[in-house]
Amino acid sequence: MTDRAYRAARADALRIEPLGELTALFDRRSMQTHLVVSPMPEILETMGDDASNATALARRLAASFDLESEGDAIPVLAERLAELAAMGLVERA
Amino acid sequence: MSAVVALVDLLAGRRDPAKLARPDWDGIIGVARSEAMLATLAFLLEGAALPPTVAALFADQRMAAKVAQTQALWEAEMARRALAPAGVEFVLLKGAAYAVAGMACAEGRQIGDLDILVLASDIRRAENLLLKAGWEWVKSDPYDDHYYRAHMHELPPLIHKARDRMIDVHHTILPRTHRITPDALALMSDAVRSADGYAVLCPADMAVHCAAHMLADGDLQGGLRNLWDFHTMTRDFVATDPGFWGKLDGRAALHGLRGAVHRAARLSRDLYGARLPQGWDRHDPVDLWFRRRLFARDDWGRVTNPLLEQAFYIRSHWLRMPPAMLARHLWTKWRKGS
Amino acid sequence: MRHETRIAVGPVQFRIGSDWAEPIAALERLYAVYPKDGMRPADATVRLFAARPWRRWLRPSVHIGGDFVVPDALPLPLPMGLLAAEMAMNLQVALGWRRHMLLHASAVARDGRALIMSGESGSGKSTLAALLGEGGDWRLMGDEFTLIDPADGDALAFPRAVSLKNEAIAEVAARVDAARLGPLLAGTPKGDIRHLVPRADAIAAMHEPARPALLLFPRFGGESAVEPMGEGEAFVRLTEASTNYVALGEAGFAALTRLVRETPAFAISYPDSEAGIGLVEHLWAEA
Repeated sequence: MTDRAYRAARADALRIEPLGELTALFDRRSMQTHLVVSPMPEILETMGDDASNATALARRLAASFDLESEGDAIPVLAERLAELAAMGLVERA
Repeated sequence: MSAVVALVDLLAGRRDPAKLARPDWDGIIGVARSEAMLATLAFLLEGAALPPTVAALFADQRMAAKVAQTQALWEAEMARRALAPAGVEFVLLKGAAYAVAGMACAEGRQIGDLDILVLASDIRRAENLLLKAGWEWVKSDPYDDHYYRAHMHELPPLIHKARDRMIDVHHTILPRTHRITPDALALMSDAVRSADGYAVLCPADMAVHCAAHMLADGDLQGGLRNLWDFHTMTRDFVATDPGFWGKLDGRAALHGLRGAVHRAARLSRDLYGARLPQGWDRHDPVDLWFRRRLFARDDWGRVTNPLLEQAFYIRSHWLRMPPAMLARHLWTKWRKGS
Repeated sequence: MRHETRIAVGPVQFRIGSDWAEPIAALERLYAVYPKDGMRPADATVRLFAARPWRRWLRPSVHIGGDFVVPDALPLPLPMGLLAAEMAMNLQVALGWRRHMLLHASAVARDGRALIMSGESGSGKSTLAALLGEGGDWRLMGDEFTLIDPADGDALAFPRAVSLKNEAIAEVAARVDAARLGPLLAGTPKGDIRHLVPRADAIAAMHEPARPALLLFPRFGGESAVEPMGEGEAFVRLTEASTNYVALGEAGFAALTRLVRETPAFAISYPDSEAGIGLVEHLWAEA
């Protein structure tokens, strides 16, 4: 599977409100509400303004979170990125 | 006072909203809703002296229209994300195009399905890319599906499974069976870029398409709104390009749609007070039937002349199809009871 | 149209037109004590009409129309015209109102604070609200819709005539003046229905906002039980209970996140109305 690079929405496009165990994301560009759970908000936050693929993301997440091992995390992160792309929250770079 | 006349007068700027009696607003609001023009009216009368409850209702409409338009334009963005990486070029049509081009008629305008135009040679690829990106066929019966593919100017409608919104992918602007065949290649190749990077039809083609959609393809449903689009876009195009009417005439001739375009211009003069140049400013007795159809709404927003409405419905199909096919189509539709 | 009337419920002015006199007369009787402003332009238009002209007399059946139309809405026989009117008015508000976030929820208020109850039909939210509204300290805000003002988060009332169904009819009728009850509509597609006009003080106070103080998600049947509900679940349930959440954009998002953060929420189940009211009063005392 190719490890595609994505770019997150600009920070001012999203309004992020933690609601207990869920996080509500409002996308001002689509006017859609997304309810997500960890690690989606963390992924978006970590991506910042740069394009990144799952490999780069695993490395950056490992710096601030306790990932079991970067290697195992990569396919999972690739899947999460594809889900975020389907929601329109990240875009292929 | 007829509410539909009052609405058209307000749009044309011939009537002072401050002078309307309070009960007049019921009919005006009712007709404007039926014609999908309530938010358009709300933007036009922003800041006018209105009864307070009408002003409040109009403020609601403006707010809601902005939200709805942002939601509709997101579909254009998602279509771009699905098609652009594979190199499939597309042109936005109708409401979405007016909005990305920042046109006056876009203010408050409802945008229903996303309409896009692609080259006929790209249509299968576009279809596959959209299916991969989460759009799916609207469940339809085999006759409708066959009808679309064989005879229409678009794919059968696709709906996005998560966002529940439709996209219509066109390869030209009139059905294949229509007596007129516009130059689809010219539409695509002369398209222009909006500030956001979307392709939209060039001004003259945009006006031609608007007239075609209203008069050559449709049964004049939503005619006041479509005519308002035509009126405001031609008015604003002429303001920036004094040679616009001439270009429009040439372009209409290229697409075989001079009749529809000239009629649209005359109707926008008759209803909205458009000023037409020589060569356009004529009178055609048949226009009377179109005006009657456009004004056929009572103060409760109901169509007042069902026979006339039915006549325009059959006329629109008459234009689209050879007679034998029309008979077959209406027969199939009638048997299915729709 | 041949017959028409105007009714104001909360912030919404309705214009109701009908091909028949009966539904209009029934509405005017039911809403006689509501404030009237015949000159105020309507926010929502309702039409009760015969599909074909002869159907005004021959097996008359009432079709529902107006600003917004549901294509497959079934017509009702003329004696159920009042129900047709109620359904049509609900439809226009549910689909057309944009000034406030609309929750499919009942509400009562006490001391300027609101208790909001959201649930499917059959959850008992209407009956609980109606009973609370009869019992002293509470003001009925509405049995069907509660409006949330996006500007300040306040709840606003929509005190239409309460639509009592089936067993709730006898339960409530026993406690109120018969003059406040509409005619019994037996055997409608929604069962037996009888309307209850809210108390005069509730109607007089219909423009007074109340601060949301407690959110309940009632379920009728089973043992009495109380389950605290997290912000996330309350948010999801209320997006589903709102007919215009999506149409309000960020204003709706902001109003709803604020509502679930600032208002304690519980799912409750209860075997009968008395137990339900007991639970409500108990939770209210703690809220």
